Amino acid sequence: MKDMKFEYPLEGGDFIKAGYASSSLKKILNQLNLDPDLVRRIAVATYEAEVNVVAHAFRGIMKVLVSPERILIRVEDEGPGIPDIGKAMQEGYSTASDRVREMGFGAGMGLSNIKKNTDKLEIHSELNKGTVLEMTTLIKG
Amino acid sequence: MKIAEIVSIANGKVICGEEQLNTDLTHAFSSDLLSDVLTINRTGILLITGVANLQTIRTAEMAEVSCILLVRNKRANQEMIDLARDNSLVIIESPISMFSASGRLYQHGIQPLY
Repeated sequence: MKDMKFEYPLEGGDFIKAGYASSSLKKILNQLNLDPDLVRRIAVATYEAEVNVVAHAFRGIMKVLVSPERILIRVEDEGPGIPDIGKAMQEGYSTASDRVREMGFGAGMGLSNIKKNTDKLEIHSELNKGTVLEMTTLIKG
Repeated sequence: MKIAEIVSIANGKVICGEEQLNTDLTHAFSSDLLSDVLTINRTGILLITGVANLQTIRTAEMAEVSCILLVRNKRANQEMIDLARDNSLVIIESPISMFSASGRLYQHGIQPLY
């Protein structure tokens, strides 16, 4: 299998399109004969990240690199940034708006769920500039 | 339990996925918090919820939920139905409450996740 690259633009505040990128990626990954549980974990992690961009940022991009050993996903956004990443990683801590909470999100579980569903998660954030999430999932077998 | 039986126990109406009424489901999860649904570790379950928006369907797609029971007269709009069909998801609308739906289904043998 050769390396494959995919990119999906993300729009802040657009809860109609939220999930479209993760859904498109999931369909592609399902065609690559990967372990279904691995595909599901990636879909959940990317969807959580996508909802975060839609809920908090102005816009973003999801960059995916599929190689034989690993799947690397970078979600970059232009937005307010995360003032305290340690706090944001704590379950239950959230700065989401009422609108986001009414949709069933904003419980402060997203980042920890991303961590749970990937093999490695790195977060870099700059205030008033944006956030970059880098998730790595290893392909075993 | 067959999805058809779930529909009958919940006094529900099938909105889409009629072709799957014979599918057997064993487990259910009741929640209005989609973030919670995204943490479940079993696929092919019934989701009982009062949250009816497009992200309910997206969440079900990612978490690989098989069937969504919308309680207390929450309605699926056309976009939700279209997305559910694309993902072979069953949507049922029911007038009863989440508590009542959960209780009745539990009594008939549907298992909890946790």
